[in-house]
Amino acid sequence: MTDETAAITLSAQNLCRKYGHHTAVHDVNILLRRGEVLGLLGPNGAGKTTTMRMLTGNLAPSTGSIEICGIDLLDKPQEAKVHLGFLPEIPPLYHDMTVDEYLLLAARLHRINKQTIQTALDNVKQRCGLEVQGRYVIGTLSKGFQQRVGIAQAIIHSPDVIILDEPTVGLDPNQMREIRSLIRELGVSSSVILSTHILSEVESVCDRVQIMHKGSVVFDQTMAELQHQGTSLEAVFTQLTQ
Amino acid sequence: MIVTIIRKELSMLFISPLAWILLALIQLILTWVFLVRLDAFLEIQSQLMQIANPPGITEIIISPVFAMAAIILLMVTPLLSMRLLAEERRNHTLTLLISAPVSMTDIVIGKFLGLMVFFLVVITLIVALSISLRLGGALDFGLLLSNTLGLFLVTACFSALGLYISSLTAQPVIAAIGTLGVLLGLWMINLAASETDEWLHYISLLKHFEQFNQGLIDTSSIAYFILFMVTFLVLTIRRLDGERLHG
Repeated sequence: MTDETAAITLSAQNLCRKYGHHTAVHDVNILLRRGEVLGLLGPNGAGKTTTMRMLTGNLAPSTGSIEICGIDLLDKPQEAKVHLGFLPEIPPLYHDMTVDEYLLLAARLHRINKQTIQTALDNVKQRCGLEVQGRYVIGTLSKGFQQRVGIAQAIIHSPDVIILDEPTVGLDPNQMREIRSLIRELGVSSSVILSTHILSEVESVCDRVQIMHKGSVVFDQTMAELQHQGTSLEAVFTQLTQ
Repeated sequence: MIVTIIRKELSMLFISPLAWILLALIQLILTWVFLVRLDAFLEIQSQLMQIANPPGITEIIISPVFAMAAIILLMVTPLLSMRLLAEERRNHTLTLLISAPVSMTDIVIGKFLGLMVFFLVVITLIVALSISLRLGGALDFGLLLSNTLGLFLVTACFSALGLYISSLTAQPVIAAIGTLGVLLGLWMINLAASETDEWLHYISLLKHFEQFNQGLIDTSSIAYFILFMVTFLVLTIRRLDGERLHG
């Protein structure tokens, strides 16, 4: 039983978010264990991005609670955020910096101590395939490489919870495959939440899938259960969100 | 954590040519003013000898240089403060800072101090310029000190206001124009007032700076500057927090 609770890295209860009278997210519960990759699906405007912004402390929920590795995100935001890595929809890149300068900044912001900072930097560049690009200015890189720098920024401090908002948008098929295998790899030691519109991506990467529609979670099952029932994800998605 | 933000702001500032061009321009203009005043002093020097208790070189040369420096910094601050938050918002990079284990206060204070380090460089150069006068005579260090302190405090006020206005918009240019407008307004607001006993004198930044410029370190002016600075820093923090809560 103790093992069960220790393995929970992120738990969000009854999350609601209102913009004036409009409810963007309504009563969302997310429970994530170590070594799990959760796919968050839904049509545009379903509330995926709002949910992710709440989970990363960029937006305060109207009601509900969020715990990351047992630390309340709303009470102790700084302690909780140490365990978080976030890649927003638009990667937060400083286009005037070089890749090394930028990753060094990300490492310092995430409190990696001085002795290990260089190892962390080399390690993350190797994982994201950025060995050669270290001295390049970010603004001159292609979209695919910028996306990789965005991911590198999110995982440089080896966080327990990694949240990726549409990480494979704008990538070519080869890059997509590389990023997917990277996500798979990350999912072994950490927990990953991944939002996407590509159903095949979910099928190849995720252990569990949640579908959001009009601000609520309408579907929550593991991929194994889904396969066991013999229904395709696409059929479920179309049925629930139309 | 604040140190990380300060370092980041400074490196971003000095990557762009803007900071270097501004440093060069400020120095060029002030040196010009300095030389003009020096020339004027040398011309009237013989007449000054005949007056009892004549004004010294510090009063004749350095005070006008600092007065000019204050006006130049008033115009330069909006150019530097505009990008602090407005550009981060436009490029969606604020998310990086907010998702990291850094408090809003650290972000705001770090950005403010980063800008102040730049201005400290500017002010140090002006002080160095003034000290070069020691080659030809004695300096009134008290007057130099009060001018330096006054200039430092007044630029801190400019920066705090600039940072706040930058937090209101996603358009750096709007932030710059807004800051310049408000600063000019606060600078000259006392012009409309009659000479004495008018509350407008108390809120005019220029009026307070003039005291320091004449060598008077007035605690009420220091208090005004610090209050002004703290108010706008707190407003900026509240603004960013509010965005998280309501945005």
